[in-house]
Parts: sequence; C-alpha cells; structure tokens
Amino acid sequence: MSVVTRTNLASAPSRPRISAHTRRQWTWGFLFLLPWIIGFFAFQLLPILFTFFLSFTDYTGAAEFKLGNFNFVGLQNYKSLFVELDALPSMGVTLKFALIGIPLGLVVPLMLAVLVNSRRLLFSNLFRTLFYLPSVIPVVAGAIIFNGVMNAQSGWLNLLLKAIGIAEPPRWFTDPTWAGFALNLLVVWGLGNSMIILLAGLQGVPTELYEAATVDGAGPITKFFYITVPMISPVIFYNLTIGVILAFQFFVPALLIGTFNGNPQGSLLFFPTVFYREGFVYSKMGYASVLAMVIFVVTMAATGLLFFFGQRLVYYASGETS
Amino acid sequence: MTTITSVSVASPTRPLQRRLLPIVREALARLGVTGFGLLVLGVFLLPLGYVLSTAFKLDSQMTTIGAPLWPAEQATYNYEGEEYPLYNVPTQDGGTRRLAIVNPYRETSDVVDPEHPEQGVFNIEGRWRTWEAIYRFSPKLKNFTDAWEQVNFPRLFRNSLLLAGISTIGTLIACILVAYGFTRFQLPGKNLLFVILISTIVLPPQATIIPLYILFSKLGWTQTWLPLLVPAFFANAYDVFLIRQYFMSIPRELDEAAMLDGANPLRILTSVIIPQATPAITAVTIFHFFFVWNQYFEPLVYLLGKEKLYPVSVGIGQFVTTFSTYPGRSAATAVLAMLLPAVMFFLAQRQFMQGIVITGVEK
Repeated sequence: MSVVTRTNLASAPSRPRISAHTRRQWTWGFLFLLPWIIGFFAFQLLPILFTFFLSFTDYTGAAEFKLGNFNFVGLQNYKSLFVELDALPSMGVTLKFALIGIPLGLVVPLMLAVLVNSRRLLFSNLFRTLFYLPSVIPVVAGAIIFNGVMNAQSGWLNLLLKAIGIAEPPRWFTDPTWAGFALNLLVVWGLGNSMIILLAGLQGVPTELYEAATVDGAGPITKFFYITVPMISPVIFYNLTIGVILAFQFFVPALLIGTFNGNPQGSLLFFPTVFYREGFVYSKMGYASVLAMVIFVVTMAATGLLFFFGQRLVYYASGETS
Repeated sequence: MTTITSVSVASPTRPLQRRLLPIVREALARLGVTGFGLLVLGVFLLPLGYVLSTAFKLDSQMTTIGAPLWPAEQATYNYEGEEYPLYNVPTQDGGTRRLAIVNPYRETSDVVDPEHPEQGVFNIEGRWRTWEAIYRFSPKLKNFTDAWEQVNFPRLFRNSLLLAGISTIGTLIACILVAYGFTRFQLPGKNLLFVILISTIVLPPQATIIPLYILFSKLGWTQTWLPLLVPAFFANAYDVFLIRQYFMSIPRELDEAAMLDGANPLRILTSVIIPQATPAITAVTIFHFFFVWNQYFEPLVYLLGKEKLYPVSVGIGQFVTTFSTYPGRSAATAVLAMLLPAVMFFLAQRQFMQGIVITGVEK
C-alpha cells in the first residue's frame, strides 16, 4: 500500500517515473557498495586532504592533535624540502632506482615469460613454478637473503662471478655505486606476477598471426617485435603502470639493509625512508606531510602521463581503448 | 587402425636419414632451450640455495678455507674409540689415499689407514695443512634452535596467523559485498564509482598514513591490531576487481530465477553466487593472506614498541643487519619466515596463477 502511494507522489509530471523495482535496486546496490564508500572516505580521501592540510603546519606527533598544539607555517615545510640535508639526495636515490628498475622490470619478466612459453622448453610447468617461487618470499626474508647472497666475500653471487672469470666483482651492499642496483636485482627476483600476466598475454596471441608471418618469411625476432610485442602491449602497459607506482614507494628492503642512514654513504637512503624517519622517528609530521605529498603528486603525475601516452601506444585487439 | 595406415604410408617413401633429421633437430632445439632455461633458473634459485645452505651449516664452516658450500662437517674415522679427521693425502705416484690423522705435526704426521686399521698408527712425511680435508653432508639445526630462542617464534607465528586470518575474513566479506554491488545492480554513477575504485590502486600508502596514525592514536588504537584489521573490513580495489571480474562471468539466469522465487539479493549472493565463485574467492584468500603476512611498514608504524603483538615480518627485521655477525641464524629466520607462504603456494599454485591472470590481463 505504502509503496503505491509513494510511487504516485514521486511521479511528478516533469520527472521520469522511478519504479519501485529500480528504487529497490538502488537501495540494495548502494548498501552493498557502502563498505567501500565508507572506507574510501575514511581511509583514503579524507586522509589525503588531511595530509595536504598538515603540510602547512608545524605539527609534531609528540603532542595530541588539537588546535593550539600546532601552528600554520605557510610554505615553510615546502621550503625545507630544498634545505634539509637528506631530502634532495634521497630523491636522487629513488629516481635512479626507478630509472633502472622500471625498464628492468619490463624486460626480465617478459624474457622469462617467453622462455616458459616456449614449446621447446621441457617441464615448462615446473620452470614456471620455480621462477615464480621467489615472489612468495616475504620482503624481510628477501632482504636477509640478498644481504647474504650478495655479500662481497662469502656470497654465492660473487663466488659465481669469480668462477666465470670476473676477478673483481662488485662489492654490492658495501659499495655506494652498486648498492642501489643490488636492490633493483632483489625486486626483479620477485617479479613472478609480471611474468605470469605476460605469459597469459603471450598465450592469448592468435597463432594464425605467426603462421601468416612465417609464410611471409619473417624470422623469430621480427615476429617478436612486430607481432608479439604489439599484441601484448596492454599487458606490458599494465606492468609498466604498476612498476612505476611501486618504484616511487619502494623503501622497506633499503631501510632493513641500509638502516636510517642509507648505508653505504646514503646510497640506500630512499625518499620514502626519509618520509618514514621524519614523520615517525623524528615526529616532524608537518614536514613529513610535504614528503608524502611529493610521493603522491609524483605518482599521480607519472601515471597520468602514462595513461595520456599509453592510450596512443597500446594496441587493443578489440578496438576498445579501456 | 589409423596409426598403422599412417605409418605404413610414411615409412617406405622417405629414406631413413631424411626422416630422422627434423626429429634430431627438434630434439637438439629442445635440449638447447631447456639447458638455457636451467641456466637462468640456476641464477634465479641461487639466493634460495644460499639461504638454505647457510641456515643448515655452522657459521664456522663459512670461514673455514676449503670447506664446501653445502652444509658439511669434516669426515672422521673411529679408531679405537676416538674420532680422527680424514684427509686425502697425496701419494708418491701422484694419486691420493684416505688417511685419518691421529697426531698432526709440522713436517710429518701420525696417521692411520681406515682400510688397513690392523697396520696401526704410523708416521708419514708431508705437511698436513696442505692436505685436502674430506667432508660429508651434515645439516645442522643449531641455527634454527638459536633463532627460535632469540626471538619468540611461536608468538610471532601466532600473531601473523591471527592478523592474516582475521584480515582475510574481513577482506573477503567486504570485497564480495562490494563486487556484488558493482556487478548485479543498475546504479546511477556506478561507472564513475568504479573508476574511482580502480584509481585508488595508484594511491601510495605514504599519502595517507600520517592522518591515519593521528586518527588511530586519538581512538587509542595504536599499539593494538585494530589499525591493521579494521580497514580490511572496508574492501580494497585489487580484490574487489578480481572478484567482480569473476562474478561478471557467472550467468545471470540462476540469480534471476532465484529472484522470481522471492529470494532477496543477500540470499541470492550467499546461496547462488558465492557457491559458483570459489576460484576467485580462493585466489583472494591466498593473495590477501600473503599480503598481510608480508606487510612490514604498517605493522611497524602502528605496533612499534609493543613487541608482544609483532608479526613475523617485524619480529625478524633485526636479523637483516645482524647478518654479518650471525649469518646462519639470520638465514634460519628467513627460512622460517618463508616456510608457510612457500608451502601454501605449492599447494594452491593453480588458483594462484589464475588469480594473477584475472587481475592483470582482463583490465
């Protein structure tokens, strides 16, 4: 009864009728979405706005957060970014890590995927499993393992390098030139996800394309660059995006191995390490908020650029662009 | 029947050599590719070999010159109730013989021949330090017991299991509800909401953690598990996306039939949709469990100083820097920390790989 009356009220002459069914759909639908909507506001949107707000204050975590315990300092924290000792060099460390890590993270998993996709590889399932295995190892365990295996004297990597004739292999975590790259290798070691996604992409390329190319006399390298790469470009693009996002957030193994000093000689002092140290060890939350904003803006800008250019470069078989 | 005809047709027309050539070439290609694969795999598994070997051997073995890379101890020979170390001693004809040293001196040594113990102890020429020690495989558990005593591993495991378990339950409930909302209901602005959801994947955790820390400390939740558990009950983009992709592939006929029977949407979800979505739900369960198990930054921030509540990841963090002092113990903790994820992975590989493919390819 009540439903009928309400529908009648709602159906004002100018507006389209919203049926009881639709209304029920909306109620239920939004009810189901509610957990995420609340979570989005409470744990993501409002905190980001709040970080932005904090970046203009001198709030320290030492006192409870309330008016009177902090002052507005305008752009002071943003100026500190260029004055404080560690901020700019650590930006360089993170940038170098990203510039090496992102291409490495595209190429190595792709080569592994091509390898395990080869029909000439015997026991390819076993290979796939074992190549993936490092990805399930917890990041702290990974840091312990790499700290050991890349030890300049006793580590197996240098023993191997010496065995194949490299007399003086890099001293990895004790050499500022190589320490960052050692962490790049640690990350590449755990990129099983990318490999699996690329593998699925490779398996989705229609075999007729290769057959047609063979008829036209194309060799394996031509086929790879003119058929495989364009056909799996959406997957490459996805991996690239995730890789860029994670590169700018990376710091945990560096913190574990290089401590807060980024040993050796600041070469492992990543930008997010400085953020963590300033915010939670030195409790300079206002200044740390600036560092957080930098990470946020750089990530957003990078993904924005990627999507802007990606839409042109990525080939979508179905002709859609999303 | 058919095989016989095809063979009899193929065999007499071509000479044996020409028939074999492509087979040999294919076999060689397979061997080549597999060999190359093994080489790459060897490099990939080098760190794992290293950590396992280091965990099972005594630290003293690492500094002993001439000791093998695998866990080993010097082989000994029991002569009249005493153990004596075995060496490969060079002989005059250029070969070697196995001898146990009873009394080592500088230029000569008293030795006994294990193959002829009846000869008794005799003295031979040569510096024993130049002789090659004989080792036998001997894994040691000392590092594990040391590590187990140094940090309270049972407590760390219990904490990690509880954290990961509760958080996974929360994530499953929330993400299933949200994914259901995104797949089965016509809602105004649904596409926009979905774009917002997906774009939160980009969000760096650093951008939100200071305000969240302030919020949780105002609530008195810091140094408890609540900041780590409660957000899990509000869904996350990755897992919603994965479950949604799967829900979309489930035909609507069944839930429409249930709707005609008068079932409400919640009922349809629990009795029609969820039973058909086990692969996606398994994948999310594994992923999220691993995610929490690996988490380091958030538990460190929220639990700092409250050691009783530390999960494995934070609890063993100290072992990274003590590596140079106690390599074996550090390696043993790493092995302990990765044991459970590795076993789970081997047991549930298929669901694992499927889940990765859903999130990655179908975007």
